[in-house]
Amino acid sequence: MDKKIKSDFLRGLFDGIPIFLGYLSVSFGFGIMAVSSGLSVFEAFMISLTNLTSAGQAQGVAVIAAGGTLIEMAVVQFVINIRYALMGLSLSQKLDGKFTLPHRLLAAYGITDEIFALCSTKEDILRPNYMYGVIVVSTFGWALGTFLGGAAGTLLPANVTSALGIVLYGMFIAIIVPPSRKQKSVLFVVGVAALFSVICKYLLPFISGGFAVIISAIIAAVFGALIFPQKDGENE
Amino acid sequence: MSIAIYIAVMAVVTYLIRALPFAFFRKKIKSKFIKSFLYYVPYAVLSAMTIPAIFYSTGNIYTSLAGTATALVLAYFNLPLIVVSLAAALTAFLTGFIF
Repeated sequence: MDKKIKSDFLRGLFDGIPIFLGYLSVSFGFGIMAVSSGLSVFEAFMISLTNLTSAGQAQGVAVIAAGGTLIEMAVVQFVINIRYALMGLSLSQKLDGKFTLPHRLLAAYGITDEIFALCSTKEDILRPNYMYGVIVVSTFGWALGTFLGGAAGTLLPANVTSALGIVLYGMFIAIIVPPSRKQKSVLFVVGVAALFSVICKYLLPFISGGFAVIISAIIAAVFGALIFPQKDGENE
Repeated sequence: MSIAIYIAVMAVVTYLIRALPFAFFRKKIKSKFIKSFLYYVPYAVLSAMTIPAIFYSTGNIYTSLAGTATALVLAYFNLPLIVVSLAAALTAFLTGFIF
């Protein structure tokens, strides 16, 4: 290990600290939610360690709790997480020569909204060790928070844990509101998705939660793509 | 069904989505429709997941509504994710003493 490699890794660790803090608190909420849905602390921890994603995990736990099929689980994960394919495409355009296939296969584990945002904005050329630094500190926060939420969630007073049930949704709002303010196309898509989600919940209750999210999201994104096609480069 | 199998399916599908394009894709997507669709998917998913589920997230519709309103206002002013989500929880906790 030469100095350059080491410093790339440490720089990644340091830049990832805000992600660590954010993940710690959000995954605390996930841990509580998972355990209150009937999973063990260990199962919740393993989900966080192997998936490293918020929306997919939350909906995945909902599928487990509802006794859904494995097909439903696979489709739910595919649709919710398909954005990572786009992020992977985008990141693949700016990889350093050191990013050989084994490095790519390893680092792919850590493509999340936040890690993607950091790696694609902080670095002109992305090197493996920088990305590993960000991934390690972020994953540590995500897994630790899940464990603490799952384990201590039962020790906390009921009014505290029930209030924390809103943490993940609060983060989702924080992700979708700012771009909805800037782009009316995103506001439109968000509105259509919410409308169809409400329709599924109250008028078509036989559609399970996971599929309701998928159906609503696909309809909204198709409408968005038809009515507001993106100009080149706009979504970089 | 074993929970371990559910977790394995989640992990494998999620990993493949991340790894296949990142490791193997070398061209650029040309279709404007597909690019636009993929661009809108995350927002659509998050919105459909949040509404109406957030209104039931604390087990009390009034504290959930108060937390949602707080999150919307703070997110509107571009506050960081952690601030928005913790303020929503704090609002739900405090209004829990009233409702």
